[in-house]
Amino acid sequence: MERNTLFEIKALYRDNFRVTGFTFGSGDDSICIVGSMRGNENQQLYACSKLVKKLSELEQERRIRSGKKILIIPCANPYSVNIRKRFWTIDNTDINRMFPGYSLGETTQRISAGVFEAIKNYKYGIQFASFYMPGIFLPHVRMMKTGYENIDLAKEFGLPYVVLHNPRPFDTTTLNYNWQVWGTNAFSIYTTTTAAISESSADQAVEAILNFMSKQDIIDYRADEGYISKVVDGHDIISVRTKKSGFFMPETAAGKKVKKGSLLAKLTDTYTGELKDEIYSPVNGTIFFMHDAPMVYSNTAVFKIIQAE
Amino acid sequence: MIDTVVQVELPVDETLAIKKHRITPQSGGNRKRLSIVTGIHGDELEGQYVCYELSRRINEHPEYLKGTVDIYPAANPFGIDSITRGIPAFDLDMNRIFPGSTNGDMNEYIAAEIIKDLTQSDLCLDIHASNIYLTEMPQIRINELHRDRLLPYAKLANIDFIWVHGASTVLESTLAYSLNTRDVPTLVVEMGVGMRITKEYGNQLVTGIFRLMQELSIWEGPVDEVKQPIISEKPEEVAFLNAPVSGIFIKDTCHGIYVKKGDHIGSIVDPLAGICLQNITAPATGLLFTIREYPVVDEGSLLARILIK
Ligand SMILES: [Zn+2]
Repeated sequence: MERNTLFEIKALYRDNFRVTGFTFGSGDDSICIVGSMRGNENQQLYACSKLVKKLSELEQERRIRSGKKILIIPCANPYSVNIRKRFWTIDNTDINRMFPGYSLGETTQRISAGVFEAIKNYKYGIQFASFYMPGIFLPHVRMMKTGYENIDLAKEFGLPYVVLHNPRPFDTTTLNYNWQVWGTNAFSIYTTTTAAISESSADQAVEAILNFMSKQDIIDYRADEGYISKVVDGHDIISVRTKKSGFFMPETAAGKKVKKGSLLAKLTDTYTGELKDEIYSPVNGTIFFMHDAPMVYSNTAVFKIIQAE
Repeated sequence: MIDTVVQVELPVDETLAIKKHRITPQSGGNRKRLSIVTGIHGDELEGQYVCYELSRRINEHPEYLKGTVDIYPAANPFGIDSITRGIPAFDLDMNRIFPGSTNGDMNEYIAAEIIKDLTQSDLCLDIHASNIYLTEMPQIRINELHRDRLLPYAKLANIDFIWVHGASTVLESTLAYSLNTRDVPTLVVEMGVGMRITKEYGNQLVTGIFRLMQELSIWEGPVDEVKQPIISEKPEEVAFLNAPVSGIFIKDTCHGIYVKKGDHIGSIVDPLAGICLQNITAPATGLLFTIREYPVVDEGSLLARILIK
């Protein structure tokens, strides 16, 4: 294992801003994994730290294939993590909306450019991503339909789901999109949580990545085979929204199978405790995402359900 | 008349309402309509004065009003109330969610209702105040895709400078883009600085708004002569000056003046060591239309923009 500073900015009153990379093996730029890019992505950082530990062990056991180089960047934004601010410290911009970056531009453009320069030639690229709404996801691999996406490859993680979605206007500035444009096979991996740590979900993600690396002959590892991934188009995921605001009292959980008409959650009045609304499943399916904050606004997608065939 | 454009019930004893002030002719009049929107970015307050001053001046001479003026002073009331650029609780830039969706979350729903309310306008102005870091000369920014339609209006707005900029997919989710593609000509005004009101600029723009109202046959009263703006249409005409080092920027010049290449603009200093880290000089000869107001800079932070002569 080699620990390198991939990008650095000198600061006035803080320690230097550093993006640190961990390299395993040597040779071709085979696979790169990027963890947290935002200050609240603790789980993403945690999963990467486990991966670094695991790969160190594998390296000592000489189980990294010769000619293959692996790069892990656990955190592309330590400044924000350390002060518990989601976006960039001074100007609140998002590093994952600045790719491919610009080395003469604004600070976060420079960071993105510095990171992208170090990782753009990797054959496979994985980012631990997070959702902007509070909630619990079923673990999945997410891919943008850019025309470059390789679904069969995405299945080789052995995670329960592979979700495809159409790029939205801002997606063109994300790492994943730019990786794909530059010829990297790029995947976003969603574990169950973001700010909170889920040990089992982090383990599952690490296992999935090792599984993938083993199938691409980057490491010698007998991974747990995992799941036969179900491929889902984002359009086929049904969002169930609140009609009112209030305390959110779920009656189910992510991963549970639900029947059309079954009760998913209750909303109660924040002053009187009276029942304000009940939310029922519009379809038969599996809860893919569930809101997990105590209160909820109206019109919020509190459940996302994958319809049963 | 104060109208509610859209309202949403919040979890605890509060209703969020987007309101507008509709001013109509005393009698008769035409169906022409001008809409003034501001406050999409909650920390940009220059438009607050413009909204107030515009209705004050109309109400001094209601007999001259022949069409409808709709004033939307607070597109993002939460942001204005909490000195937040984006939408608090969601950490979302409101100017990245248009045209919204009536089936979307609370913010997307609000965005969609705002668009719906604005679509009958003959002209719309979306007033911004740069951000809290930069001071801008009064200017209108036009996406090159909408140049031909907007330039004749922009020339009447009594601003100093019109900046026709390149198209970008990210900008497709702005209010202005959404309205311009829905056939409502919409001008984006940038002037002054965040968190402050510059009365001089506000008055200057109000004069321009009356000239536009005259053009649209909404105003029959006397109108002051408007400025001839400088128009920039080529990307290479704008020079960007980014901080070469992190530190405290001490500004030694004002925006709105002509500078020669090499002229002193300010310095970046280190108050801890008591030294000047870098003298900042103009990278080109021309009009200094943007200058850094917020002293703390990271390497890369924008310090100035110059329209090259
Ligand atoms: Zn703005």
